[in-house]
Amino acid sequence: MTQTTTQELLIERKDGVLTLTLNRPDVLNALTLAMMKGIRDALKQASSDKAVKAVILTASGRAFCAGADLGDLKKRQSVKSFSLGDELRDHFNPLVAQIRKLEKPVIGAVNGLAAGAGASIILATDLKVCAEKATFLNAFVRVGLVPDSGMTYSLTRFLGYSKALEHMWLAKPVTAEQALACGLVNKVVPAEFVLVEAQLLAAELVKMPPLALALTKRAINRSLEAPSLDEQMEYEAQLQEILGKTKDHAEGVSAFLEKRPAQFKGE
Amino acid sequence: MTVAAAEVLVEIDDKIGIVTLNRPSALNALSISVMDAVVEALGGFDRDPSIHAMVLAGLPRAFAAGADIGEMKGIAGGEAAEKQLARHLSNWDRIGNLKKPIIAAVSGFALGGGCELAMACDMIIASETAVFGQPEVLIGVMPGAGGTQRLTKAVGKQLSMEMNLTGRKLSAREALSFGLVNKVVPLESFLSEAKKLAHAIAAQPPLAVQAAKASVRIAVDSKLSEGLEFERQSFFRLFDSQDQKEGMAAFAEKRKPVWTGK
Repeated sequence: MTQTTTQELLIERKDGVLTLTLNRPDVLNALTLAMMKGIRDALKQASSDKAVKAVILTASGRAFCAGADLGDLKKRQSVKSFSLGDELRDHFNPLVAQIRKLEKPVIGAVNGLAAGAGASIILATDLKVCAEKATFLNAFVRVGLVPDSGMTYSLTRFLGYSKALEHMWLAKPVTAEQALACGLVNKVVPAEFVLVEAQLLAAELVKMPPLALALTKRAINRSLEAPSLDEQMEYEAQLQEILGKTKDHAEGVSAFLEKRPAQFKGE
Repeated sequence: MTVAAAEVLVEIDDKIGIVTLNRPSALNALSISVMDAVVEALGGFDRDPSIHAMVLAGLPRAFAAGADIGEMKGIAGGEAAEKQLARHLSNWDRIGNLKKPIIAAVSGFALGGGCELAMACDMIIASETAVFGQPEVLIGVMPGAGGTQRLTKAVGKQLSMEMNLTGRKLSAREALSFGLVNKVVPLESFLSEAKKLAHAIAAQPPLAVQAAKASVRIAVDSKLSEGLEFERQSFFRLFDSQDQKEGMAAFAEKRKPVWTGK
């Protein structure tokens, strides 16, 4: 591919899988507004494209993402009307929300360091495959800021209160091993296998009934908002009523009874 | 009808009448012809004795994104606005004044005139993607079909001020927490849940349902003492009905009542 040296975000569609690759390896894939817009546009398109059944988010080079591009940010900060709050509201928060709201599996392939907003974006993905040497780093406090883009929400749920504070206050990295132990990532493999492992996961998911995957994601996200057990069970009942009427459900049951592999159509 | 028939769909399902806004290309913008057709359809159901409850539904992407701005933008000041829009806006009041219960089935945008239309109904079933708001201020006007009035009565002064003065929108969950909607359900089932609720109401004795609706509406507008008086008189009048005799007899005999609507 000839464009790889100039494009900040590589987009590839193959076998039902959309792969988005952050591609500024010389600056550890620091995020520019253009990259974030590129991801959002690609996800938006994927949401209505039935042919896309799973998404992989990964990066080129030795790091996944060092966070926001501070040089890029500094330039915008010189404008009088600049607001860091609005920066999040307009660019980072919608991206994180969009990943969570996309009704298809999003797999994070963490090839190396994920710092700041880079870690936030990985946290937003559904399944995570992580390189052995990858670490998660939070240096917001060191530059006088609060961890953002959903970090204080997601990470607290994985690490627990005190570990989360230690990680964020003291910028203590979370290693791949620790991330695996606390359920932050699904798999840890040598760096050269990260993408392959993510692709294997994606290939498995592509064969599953898409509506059931989508509504399971919805239900699990809903549960993070801490409804009561009764509320969540009612929500499950509503989703089950929807899925109970789908062709994929009928196909799944028939295939099970006939001891053959199911062919799901997303209907 | 001046409206292309397909822009407003009308159907009957047992004892419920369903009206569906269907202008997907314009996110269900409420043009004069669309609102006329909606009022005609709902008014027809209101007068049809075989219909006991109604559903006013939008599309999954939009209940109604607002009035038809294209129709309004050329209107001059002075008396022109009133002359050209008074009748159009009174259509929202007409819906609010119908006797039979109406359930709004809302998904996607319910903004401006769309939010006012949903609020003119008696109950709202919202999909998780529903968004409510009165963003008229952002285009240099304000609500004209109940947005400052019904919204305030539904969610209280403070939030209504914020929504009307800044265009702040509410998500479905927020709308639920502030009492603007009855229930939030997954996108795929907003219409079926609204129909379910309408069928549940349609299974009740219609005179009692309509009297109760009128009484609740009075509560929104009048002093407590007047509302209580209205309620009492309505309650007494229901003892003239056959359904009262049947309902109480069935209760005593531990059987299911059979309603005649008389």
